[in-house]
Parts: sequence; structure tokens; C-alpha cells
Amino acid sequence: MLRFVVRRLLQLIPILLGLSVLLFLWLRLLPGGPATALLGERATPERIAAINHAYGLDQPIWVQYWSYLKRVARFDFGDSIQTGRPVTEVLRTQFPGTVELTIAALIFAVGVGIPLGYFAARRHGGVLDNLSVVGSLIGVTIPVFFLAFLLKYVFAVKLGWLPPSGRQDVRIDATHITNLFVLDGLLTREYDASWDAVKHLILPAIALGTIPLAIIVRITRASVLDVVNEDYVRTAEAKGLTTSVIRRRHVLRNAMLPVVTTIGLQLGLLLSGAILTETVFAFPGIGQEIYSSILNKDYAVLQGTILVIAIVYVVINLVVDLTYGVLDPRVRVR
Amino acid sequence: MTTATQVDAAGTPGSFAGDEAAGSRWSEAFRRLRRNPAAILGALLVLAFVFVAAFAPLLAGHDPNDQLLLSEVRPGSAPGPRPGFPLGADQLGRDELSRLLYGARQSLLVGVVSTLLGLTFGLILGGVAGAFGGKIDNVLMRICDLMLSIPGLLTAITISVILGQSLESVMIAIAIVNVPIFARLLRGAMLGQRGNDYVLAAQSIGLRRRTIVFSHVLPNSLSPVIVQATLTLATSIIDAAALSFLGLGNPDDTRPEWGQMLSDAQNLLSTRAALAFYPCIAIVLAALGFTLLGESLREALDPKFRR
Repeated sequence: MLRFVVRRLLQLIPILLGLSVLLFLWLRLLPGGPATALLGERATPERIAAINHAYGLDQPIWVQYWSYLKRVARFDFGDSIQTGRPVTEVLRTQFPGTVELTIAALIFAVGVGIPLGYFAARRHGGVLDNLSVVGSLIGVTIPVFFLAFLLKYVFAVKLGWLPPSGRQDVRIDATHITNLFVLDGLLTREYDASWDAVKHLILPAIALGTIPLAIIVRITRASVLDVVNEDYVRTAEAKGLTTSVIRRRHVLRNAMLPVVTTIGLQLGLLLSGAILTETVFAFPGIGQEIYSSILNKDYAVLQGTILVIAIVYVVINLVVDLTYGVLDPRVRVR
Repeated sequence: MTTATQVDAAGTPGSFAGDEAAGSRWSEAFRRLRRNPAAILGALLVLAFVFVAAFAPLLAGHDPNDQLLLSEVRPGSAPGPRPGFPLGADQLGRDELSRLLYGARQSLLVGVVSTLLGLTFGLILGGVAGAFGGKIDNVLMRICDLMLSIPGLLTAITISVILGQSLESVMIAIAIVNVPIFARLLRGAMLGQRGNDYVLAAQSIGLRRRTIVFSHVLPNSLSPVIVQATLTLATSIIDAAALSFLGLGNPDDTRPEWGQMLSDAQNLLSTRAALAFYPCIAIVLAALGFTLLGESLREALDPKFRR
């Protein structure tokens, strides 16, 4: 198992290096170069020269790349041209929002998706089964922003049950330790603040989680249908094991393999979807930060956020692979 | 049988068992498609979408850029439906229905061009990797892995920011996201075909590698790629709308675009929510058409997916 983990970690190196080269080249490919991009309308030849010197842009390209790598390793992405805040600071306040939203969406998708897929398979050909097949087909074609608008309109604008935007009511004076608002409320025993943060999460999480939900239902259903016909299930039945043991140990555990992979693949979709969902719900997370930095041409923020999301995505994929190794010993051998 | 007749038989592509199987598989697939209600619904949606895009100037009641109802526009709202304007007007007093119909042109254009671009480069990369194997294959596939290691929308955002806001950069951004998907798919299918008896037969009678790849392996590897291309049309349309929605679309406002219309309607959600839903429904219907068609095609071609 250890060799498997080390090998997968080593495979990360070329991916991360490739990513860093891409992002390094990016700022240099911008029209007018990074100095013009940084200065925007305030660019004069003297200022451009000063910035070029200050950032070492007059050095040979490989020297620049090396110093860039060193800065990125220290998580130093420069300052936002909009607010002057360090990008690291922006990430520290915004990223927990996206983490909270993604976890909530995943809980929704997995918590509803696996039972739904499982019961659809057990009543194969029934009403629930047919509904889940049709629903999951429609679920994958609906753009996430459509769902977001629909939920926001019905439950926030029309019915007024849940808040239409933000992460927490501005009137609540909550203490923030981790910037994960739900967790902060629990840690400081400000339960009303925690509950308010949960209420702000419900609609965005459902909007973001529905497409992964559709996919998880589909995969769970197909996977359970495959497994129940396997010989080892029949053997287990013949041995006289109780139904609940067979379902738990033989059917579910084996059926979960493709589901875990799917959940891992969905995380990329969740991160992309978070950009759109946060924009619709004005939810202050990394996605909304990407949206506003596109509008303001704030390249330092854009570069930092994209690099961080890419790293998180790569690491998550690694964790999924490792989980897969734990669930299925055969994977480790390969 | 003499050597001469064998060369003759090999010289005419299509005479091998593998190729004949491919031909009959397609005709069988089309027969199956015709009987599948999902495929027919998908085909109808796609036809309707193409029809609207082609004949938008004839179908639209007004010029999509004329601010006909500008005098009726109030701050924070837009004119509602009235005779001659069945869906009302947008925040600048332009006829919503006409803009929706014209919007089909942009979506179809972006969807088709970016899919074709991604398909072309993906096929070149995947074809080279699948035909040569070895080191070239290894390097090309690592590049694909790298591209697939970043979420697609993020790649598309990055590329469109680098290229600057334009219609072309949206198409290129979406195409680049699709290149590694097509490349991997074609390579996998070609590797699967390489071990087949008919390839061995072609090799044993001394056909050149080029002839084997182009006349035998490639045609037999294309069906998963065609299925993927149909499904990619759907995701391209959605991705293009997402990019416009994020403010990275075509800056030319005189060419109506569904994602942009949705983005504009955001501020009117409490007064004229319908303006946000019309473009959404248009995107969903167009994407659903291609998805139904693609999924049915996959089912029809691949025995594993048949119930």
C-alpha cells in the first residue's frame, strides 16, 4: 500500500510542474505583458520599466521561471490590483466559502444519490427505477446556472423561505476562526450564526449538487444491478448469510467501487459548477472571486485562484485513487 | 489462391471482414435508432434548433437590435408581453422572442465550430498516438493527462482570458478543452482494433502501415468518436453559455447570445424572471437534443448498452 501511495505522489510532480509552466507563460502571453496587465490604464513607459525591474522581468526567462516557482512554493501570488490585498489573503477568506459549498453539495448528492440508486436497482423496472433513469438523463443536460436561477426564483424571491444571496446575514456579528461559517458557529457556540450559514447554503448546495446527484444515481443503480447477479452473492445466499449481511458486505461494498470513482470525478465538476453557482447566488467564495477578477481584469487574483483550484483538484483525484486502493486491493497491484 | 489475387483483394478497401462488419453495424444502428423514441425526440429537437438557426431572419418578428419598446423600459424592469411581442422585451426594449431566435445562430455556430476544431486536433493527436504507439504515444498521452487534470471550465476560462474577449476565443477555448477527450478516445479505440485478426491479415500480406491505419484501423475506430462528438455538441453549447454568462463571451451585443441574455436578466429576477428562463430553456432544449441523440447512438452501436 505504501509503494502505491508513493508512486501516485511521484506522478503528481510532472502534473504540477506542467501546470506551473502553463500559468507562468500565461501572464507573459497577455497583450502588453504582465507590467501592462498589472498597471492597467496607469501604464507609462517609465512605470512599465520600473515594474519590469522590480519583478525581475528583465532577467532571462529561466531565471524568471525559477523565481516564480520559489514564490509560488511560498504561496505568494502578488497583490490584487483592485483592492491591493495580497492574493493569499483573498484566498484565505474566499476559499473556505467554496469548500463549505462543495461539501454541502457533495453531502446532498451522495446522501440522496446512493440510497436512491440503490432502491431503484432493488425495485428494477418499477416506478422509482424508471423515474430515476429519466431524471438522471435530464439532470445531466441541465446547466447548473439554470437550476440556480430556478431555485433562487422559487424559494428565495417568490416564497421567501430561504435567503437569495450571501453566506451569512450581515446583521449577525459572528466570530470567524476558520472562515468555515457553519463550523465557526459551532466552535464559538454561536448556534444562531451557524444555523444562518446553513440556511444560506441550502439553495446553492442543491443547485450545485443536482448534476452530480443525477450521475451518482445512475452509476449506483447500474453498479448494484451488476453486482447482485454475481456468483459470490449467490454463494453468500447459499451459505445462509442473512440478507442484511449480504447487502452490506457483498453487494454494497463491491457496488461502491465505480461510485467512489464517479464521486471523485464529480469533484472537478463541483469546482467548475461552484464558479457559476456562486455567481448566481452572490455567494462569496472563490468562484465569485474568479468572476469579479475576470470583470476587473485582476490577473494576479485570477492566476492565484486558478492555480489553487487546480492543485486542490489534482490532490482530490489522488485521494480518490487512494480510497479506491483501500476499497479494492486489486488496484494496488497495478 | 495465388499471391496476385490476394494483393488485389487487399488493394480494394472494404473487402476485409472487419470493414464489412463496420458497415452492417452502422446500418443496424440506424435501424435501431429509428425505433428508439428517445432518439427520435433528440433528432426532432436538433432539427428544430438547426431550422431556427438557419431561418431566424424569417421567423423573427422584429430586428433583434431595434430598441422598439425603449420608451416602456423602467429602471429595474423590462416591458412585459404585448401584441407583436409575445415574450415582451429585454432591459433595453428589444424584442425578446427575436433575440432568442437569433441566439440559436450563435449557439449552433459556437457548438459546431468548437466541436469540429476539438475533434480535428483530437483525432490528429489520438491518431498519431494510436498509429505509432511507443514513445510518441507516451508523450502525447501525458500531455492529455495534464490537460484533463484541470477542470474543463477552468481551462476554458483561462484560455479565453489569455486570448481576450471574442467569439473566436470562446470557440478555441472550448475546442482545446475537448482535444484530449477525443485524442484519448480515438487512441483507445485504435489500440483495441490493432490486435484484431483483420489487421494481422493485412500485415501478413505486406500492406503498408499507412494503408492499414487509414483504410482499416481508423474507419473501425470511429464509432465511439462520433458518439462523443454528438455529446460534445451539447456540452459545448452549455460551456459557451457559461463563458458568456461569466462575461467572457462575444462582446458584440448586436449578435444575441443565450448566455449573455441570461447574464443581463440576472438583475431583473424579482420583476421579470421570465427573461432569465427563456434563454435557459433554449439552452436546455438544444443540449437535450444532442444528448438524447448521442446516448441513443451509443446504445445502438454498443452491444453493452443494449438492454
